[in-house]
Amino acid sequence: MHLNNLKEIVARCEELAFDLSFTRAREWKSQGEGRIIVGHLPIYFPREIIHAANGLAVGILGGGDKKLIIRGDAYYQSYICHMPRSIIELAIDKHFEGFDGFIFPSICDVIRNLSGMFQIMGEGKFVKYLDFPQNFKPDIGGTFYRHELQTVLDEVYKLNGVEVTTERLNHSISLFNINRSLISQLYNIRQEFPWRMTAADLYHIVRAGYVLPVEEHNEILTNVVRLISQESGDPMDKIRVLVIGAFCEQPPVGLIRTIELAGCYIVEDDFLLGARWIQGDIETNSNDPLESVTSAYLEKSTFSSSVFDVGNPKEVRLLNLIRYRKVDGVIFAAPSFCDPALLDHPILQKECNDKNIRFISFLYSENTGQFKVIKEQVGTFSDSIKLWDEPVPAFSL
Amino acid sequence: MSKEAAKERSVIIQKEMIASLFKELGTVKETGKKVVYTFVPGNISELILSFDMLPVYPELNALQSGMRKKSEGYIREAEQHGHSEDVCTYVKCDVGMMLNGNIGPTGEKIPNPDLLLLSYTGCFTFLKWFETLERLYPGVPVALLHTPYQEAHKITPEMTAYMVKQLKEEVIPKMEQVSGNKYDEEKLKSILRNSSKVEDYIVKIFDTTKHRPSPIDAYFAGVYYIGPINSGFRGTPEAVDYYAELYKEILTRIEKKLGPITPEGEMEEERFRLVVEGPPNWTHFREFWKLFYDMGAVIVASSYTKVGGVYDMGFRVNPDKPLESLAEYCMNCYTNLNLQQRVDLLSKCITDYHADGFLVNSIKSCNSFSAGQLMMMQQLERKLEIPTGFIESDLVDPRYFSYSNIKNRLESFFQMLEQRKMILNRP
Ligand code: SF4
Ligand code: SF4
Repeated sequence: MHLNNLKEIVARCEELAFDLSFTRAREWKSQGEGRIIVGHLPIYFPREIIHAANGLAVGILGGGDKKLIIRGDAYYQSYICHMPRSIIELAIDKHFEGFDGFIFPSICDVIRNLSGMFQIMGEGKFVKYLDFPQNFKPDIGGTFYRHELQTVLDEVYKLNGVEVTTERLNHSISLFNINRSLISQLYNIRQEFPWRMTAADLYHIVRAGYVLPVEEHNEILTNVVRLISQESGDPMDKIRVLVIGAFCEQPPVGLIRTIELAGCYIVEDDFLLGARWIQGDIETNSNDPLESVTSAYLEKSTFSSSVFDVGNPKEVRLLNLIRYRKVDGVIFAAPSFCDPALLDHPILQKECNDKNIRFISFLYSENTGQFKVIKEQVGTFSDSIKLWDEPVPAFSL
Repeated sequence: MSKEAAKERSVIIQKEMIASLFKELGTVKETGKKVVYTFVPGNISELILSFDMLPVYPELNALQSGMRKKSEGYIREAEQHGHSEDVCTYVKCDVGMMLNGNIGPTGEKIPNPDLLLLSYTGCFTFLKWFETLERLYPGVPVALLHTPYQEAHKITPEMTAYMVKQLKEEVIPKMEQVSGNKYDEEKLKSILRNSSKVEDYIVKIFDTTKHRPSPIDAYFAGVYYIGPINSGFRGTPEAVDYYAELYKEILTRIEKKLGPITPEGEMEEERFRLVVEGPPNWTHFREFWKLFYDMGAVIVASSYTKVGGVYDMGFRVNPDKPLESLAEYCMNCYTNLNLQQRVDLLSKCITDYHADGFLVNSIKSCNSFSAGQLMMMQQLERKLEIPTGFIESDLVDPRYFSYSNIKNRLESFFQMLEQRKMILNRP
């Protein structure tokens, strides 16, 4: 891959992002003593702690439209979302061979019970359901969360004997700070100049980071930021949209492309929210870096359907984001049967209605293959905004 | 089937208890009592009672609406207000009921909450549900009690400490503030002493299905038996009396070798003994039950009756450690057990109660139960070589209840059980 050529970078990232054999991760593991791979499900997991323990945290996002489901359906009723069945299919077909452990963040009942299924199937050397606290006080939720993270580190220690020292963890934190900052720069550049890179290309670039060592991803991101800082392409007459609801089961890339082809620039989304979960930097020179990771979760988390939001209403946070990104309309796109996303929609949509923000909504599944109806719906949405709407008043955070 | 049996005393006691609760709820304006909305799994009603507040359980309202054939209208109304067809129907039913004036089963309006107590054991939808309610009742304080999951097959000291801290620093201060009463640990302890007696009775009652014929149905009748502990009476003297009476009645049935009571009287011949996983359907509860008793099928154990607490693995509240006990109670509810623990518990039920078959009633609404059920079924089939059956329905959305489909599936299941019996009995 030529790091000077955006097309080549994107092509390589696309290949990496959808490599369901996780080739690069396995290769990385084989290149050093005591290296381990820990798979984690959406939404967020502090990958820093695995990095500091000589591990690679690999994001598991389902098989998308790349994996044919043959046996996975025998594990799930028709009214359960699609992603867990493709993950089971991947497990049965040994795609996770070489993975040492699995983390299931507490985001919904389906992921929770999937952790039990992995335990029963004996996948990996450990399976940890990571119970993120819903209490955000440092001495209550913080203490509990820190212990949860320590449990993960203890599991890893049992496997490779690597002691996570203060220096190691501080160093890992700094690498992931850079990673988030570079991704944030990409979003900011696209906010100003969305024609310089498509949302699908951005998606591939960010998603590649789910399966790569952070050092390599940072190098890619640095080059992409440099390349898209230069003028390229021509602005088109498209509306600016925010897509929300897709934080877990990922939309097929065809869907992301369809939205943009139908007259929209996606300038904000929650597709790979875990990579941007912590807003800003985590402290890098603490004597107790695990505490820094803990308090970052308590204080700097973004909003999401999996976090109880009393005292910090999600509709207000969405509104801030809409204004910050100068969005013309919102697309609610959620996986079918996704209780967390879908139960949020009435709340968020009411706010949009009250504030005169235009929106549409539809359901998808990771393996949806036909986008004709969605294309028409999005096209009509975009046309109606172009023809009739005043822009949303600008606002900065 | 014999004629409709005369109402037993326990049934009358339970009716009186529920009626008195609704009467109290109907007079809160006059009495000034505060109302707490909370959920059944992991309900810490003893703490609510210790503050002299009254509990309301939105999912019981939804269940009642289902039984009274009101749920479909409520669900449609919620869907018109932007709720997806794909999500838990309990939430939509509750929202629809609220939009229609919140009229409870007795025809009286259920009072608005003074406190939303979110203890969401074993299900994330509860969390989303209260986010919705919080917006429907703006300004009502929310107290959150997060129950950690038994992911490592056990309750660790850290999990208990986390919960106790939340109780002490979040839940109790909010209860003090709303009720105007101080936390009274001695009062809580005395309430818990009753809870522990009730827990003993519950275990003894559900253990009577060991007998042949089983004197009770542990699913269809079982949901009535768990009524008092799941509707705010755990820890009250009334609950102790109710369960003492119920147990006495069941012992009499055992002595007389009587089978379970059904809506059409006593079941005379016990042909199949089943263990059932998953909640029942409420909109067609009677028809659903009839499909079983008409075939002589009795449910000897069900996971659903453990949704508000699992006591048969030895857990009892310890009145001397009240807050720790409440925490452990929450963590012990059925859907807070991991999948392997659920399989082990069901396996114990199948073995202890000599079940002929295992049946899953998979509920469209409820991922908390449904996700993973098929694997649990495979595990039990493999481990115990027990015939398994699978049916699908919903809790309160009648659009997902297909009588003929369920009937067909059950008939094939019963046929399979029959054949197996013949094979096993063959010399
Ligand atoms: S898509 Fe939704 S329901 Fe499915 S696993 Fe993810 S969060 Fe859970
Ligand atoms: S998902 Fe299941 S446990 Fe949760 S509220 Fe709905 S019916 Fe109850």
